[in-house]
Amino acid sequence: MKYNLLKIVFLNLFFFTSLFANFEQDVEELKTNSLKAKQEVVEQLVQKYSEDERTNLLLTKMKDGDLYYKKDSGEFVILEKKEGSTYFTKSFFDNKELKPQNRRDFKKVKTNNKLRSIIKSNLAQMNLFSKDVKKRLLSAKNILKNLDKEDKELISKALTKEKNSDVKEILEEANTILIAKYGTAKEQLDAVKKLGDHLSNQTIITLKEIINNKNSSKELVKSANSSLNSIQTIRSYYSVVEKAFFGLSLGSVLLLAAIGLAITFGVMKVINMAHGEMMMIGAYTTYTLQQVMPSLIEYSILIAIPVAFIVSGLVGIIIERLVIRHLYGRPLETLLATFGISLILQQLVRTIYSPLNQEVKTPSWMSGTWEINSALSLTYNRLYIIVFAILVFIGILLVLNKTSLGLKVRAVTQNRQMAQAMGIKTSFIDAMTFGIGSGIAGIAGVALSQLTNVGPNLGQAYIVDSFMVVVFGGVGNLWGTLIGAITLGEINKFIEPVAGAVLAKVLILVFIILFIQKRPRGLFPQKGRDAQD
Amino acid sequence: MKRKPIILQILQNDKGGKIVLGVLAVVVLYTAFANLVLPQDSLFYISTYTVTLLGKYLAFALLALALDLVWGYIGILSLGHGAFFALGGYAMGMYLMRQIGDRGVYGNPDLPDFMVFMNLKELPWFWYGFDNPIFTLIMIMLIPGILAFVFGYLAFRSRVTGVYLSIITQAMTYALMLAFFRNDMGFGGNNGLTDFKDILGFDLSADSTRIALLIISFLALFAGYLIARFIMNSRLGRVCIAIRDAESRTRFIGYKVEQYKLFIFIVSAAMAGVAGALYVPQVGIINPNVFSPLFSIELVIWVAIGGRGTLYGAIVGAFIVNYASTYFTSALPEVWLYALGGLFVVVTLFLPKGVVGLLSKLNLKKDKGELQNVTA
Repeated sequence: MKYNLLKIVFLNLFFFTSLFANFEQDVEELKTNSLKAKQEVVEQLVQKYSEDERTNLLLTKMKDGDLYYKKDSGEFVILEKKEGSTYFTKSFFDNKELKPQNRRDFKKVKTNNKLRSIIKSNLAQMNLFSKDVKKRLLSAKNILKNLDKEDKELISKALTKEKNSDVKEILEEANTILIAKYGTAKEQLDAVKKLGDHLSNQTIITLKEIINNKNSSKELVKSANSSLNSIQTIRSYYSVVEKAFFGLSLGSVLLLAAIGLAITFGVMKVINMAHGEMMMIGAYTTYTLQQVMPSLIEYSILIAIPVAFIVSGLVGIIIERLVIRHLYGRPLETLLATFGISLILQQLVRTIYSPLNQEVKTPSWMSGTWEINSALSLTYNRLYIIVFAILVFIGILLVLNKTSLGLKVRAVTQNRQMAQAMGIKTSFIDAMTFGIGSGIAGIAGVALSQLTNVGPNLGQAYIVDSFMVVVFGGVGNLWGTLIGAITLGEINKFIEPVAGAVLAKVLILVFIILFIQKRPRGLFPQKGRDAQD
Repeated sequence: MKRKPIILQILQNDKGGKIVLGVLAVVVLYTAFANLVLPQDSLFYISTYTVTLLGKYLAFALLALALDLVWGYIGILSLGHGAFFALGGYAMGMYLMRQIGDRGVYGNPDLPDFMVFMNLKELPWFWYGFDNPIFTLIMIMLIPGILAFVFGYLAFRSRVTGVYLSIITQAMTYALMLAFFRNDMGFGGNNGLTDFKDILGFDLSADSTRIALLIISFLALFAGYLIARFIMNSRLGRVCIAIRDAESRTRFIGYKVEQYKLFIFIVSAAMAGVAGALYVPQVGIINPNVFSPLFSIELVIWVAIGGRGTLYGAIVGAFIVNYASTYFTSALPEVWLYALGGLFVVVTLFLPKGVVGLLSKLNLKKDKGELQNVTA
């Protein structure tokens, strides 16, 4: 993904090069030794090429002291890393990795403190007034993070121009902080009160500074304290929301993992220990698709969903026809046989793909975070998984309740003999049900591939959890599975920060064992004649 | 001379048991003789490696026997018997750890190496007493027994049966595995307990100690077999089989099913604990992997392959699978998981009564012993 992005950037660079043919020439002038001349070049670059990505990169690298040029060819390079006196560099203009060379082959574009601060303010200014909202937002955040007294003018200037509310809010926060720190006594008091509405770490640090400062007036400290309290209340509220969100996303993963199991276990009374491996197959399908179609990484997940459903479903049907068919009515035997199958599938994957974990790439639209405010940000991949789990759940409900296949499945579940007598091909229904259960596991595997590495043990990690969900929720009840998955996910995420991840898991298992004392058949037990045994 | 008739009495009508134990006795005695007496270049010499291997198989056989007691005779498919085995093993490991004294890498006489490494200043309370062999011996059976009691009491009381029971036993061993993998549990984390030096003052690397452990393992298996057979020959055993075949009917007749189950479960757990305690000094390490659900499920297949509900079948199964495992994992490591997985499938599909059942079917039809009672 990163590579792809670079490619796009690179292509854009190419485009710009043709527009601004003399960017390169102007940059050449940086080779001068006079710091004053360099300052002029910097200002010129900012004025002329403020919309060019390269200006930003060049100045940032120059400020950090990572900009060099080669003594022999004069080519500008960026230092990536150094080992002793060996320099690993990248060509600045064509973005190509260069062979490691000795430091003596390069000359540094030298700066001093004054020049660096000039570059910094120029960069901030350039970005803060950029046409691109994202750039402005990033720049505003950077300013807030490293707030300086000198930034005040820049911020007020930007505030008068800024239209975007997100950027404006951050700039206002920065402005208020500056007033709270350096304004007159009355202004300070006002600003401190206003800070109660902001949530960033910077605000908290400022308020704490004011509280701990011996020169602060009593009134100011009091006001700062109340602002700080209100901020912390809001933040703790958001942290609960965040935990709930994490719990919900874990619950969604569990739901995806358990729902196929609930179908095979609940509907067919088959303990499918190979269920985890069906998830593994789904995850490997995603991986394989990305290997086969490297140009379609952005869509690979969407393509993988139906493909994984079909692949895992077919494997499931084959297993059902070959093995499970002979073992109906003997749940403990299906447990053993499917466990054997799971071992075979794991080894098969090791033989085909290697025993090492493989990395599945995340499309760019799934990565990143959704920042609601400075105290609460949600990652997109988890958000999508929650949505996806809900869609899958609704889909299954629809298939089971609205289609003729679903009707037949329910008929076979409730009374096999009667269904057979009514002319339903029970063995066909068995195979289809098992195939659907396995196919959903495959879909779950696609989702999982976005959260963890894909390896031969992927299924094992989730199988015990999924069984817990099914047993907790009540066998054969989809709503029970839904509630069970979410409950366990939430409990896990709320215990984890207090007790640690491992202990949280142990406590959940203990909880379920105790829960079974009260309700041996789960939250929503199956009713009726068939329910016993 | 006084005990002999009792043994024979217990083994009456148990041809399979007599054969299996007899063959094992001969093998163990010959191994002891060949390892200690014969010169190393002799054709009939048996290496210390083989002795250790045989000892390990015997410990596993005892574990399989313990599982057959609950699965084959009272119908509890425990997927967590590895936990009892591991607890017994850890108890023994703690004793062996205390025996190292100041010979560890850090030379600390009060603390095992891993605790020094973890900056512990004092021995955790649950390590007290484990320098005493008698205390250790009691704990080897008591700790798994207590776990079995608590777990079994909760599970059987609320009538968790069949598949549900299997799944929560698996969850139990999984939870323990997660706990024991933690470094701050005080059991050496993922490295477990190792670097043992001696047992009861005897050097663990000496051939004579190895042979002694081998013989003790055999005697333990023998004793375990007699106890199991004795229980199953008694009235109690017949109630157990009744529970296995028709639990609710047995309950309606008036038997307290839960108490029978609990008793057998505890006996079996203690037996598994002893197996673990014998395993540790011979293999030289105990770590949380023994708690892994895979191990517990694998041992179910030992019993299934040997023949469930026959006792001696469990021993045969443990030997067959572990020998195959030793052979394949060194000769064809990639094939082993295929073979093990295939065994699970083939045995459940085609050999519902295991190897023992197959043999007796081939043998005669007149010997319709207890095998016939065994159904799913």
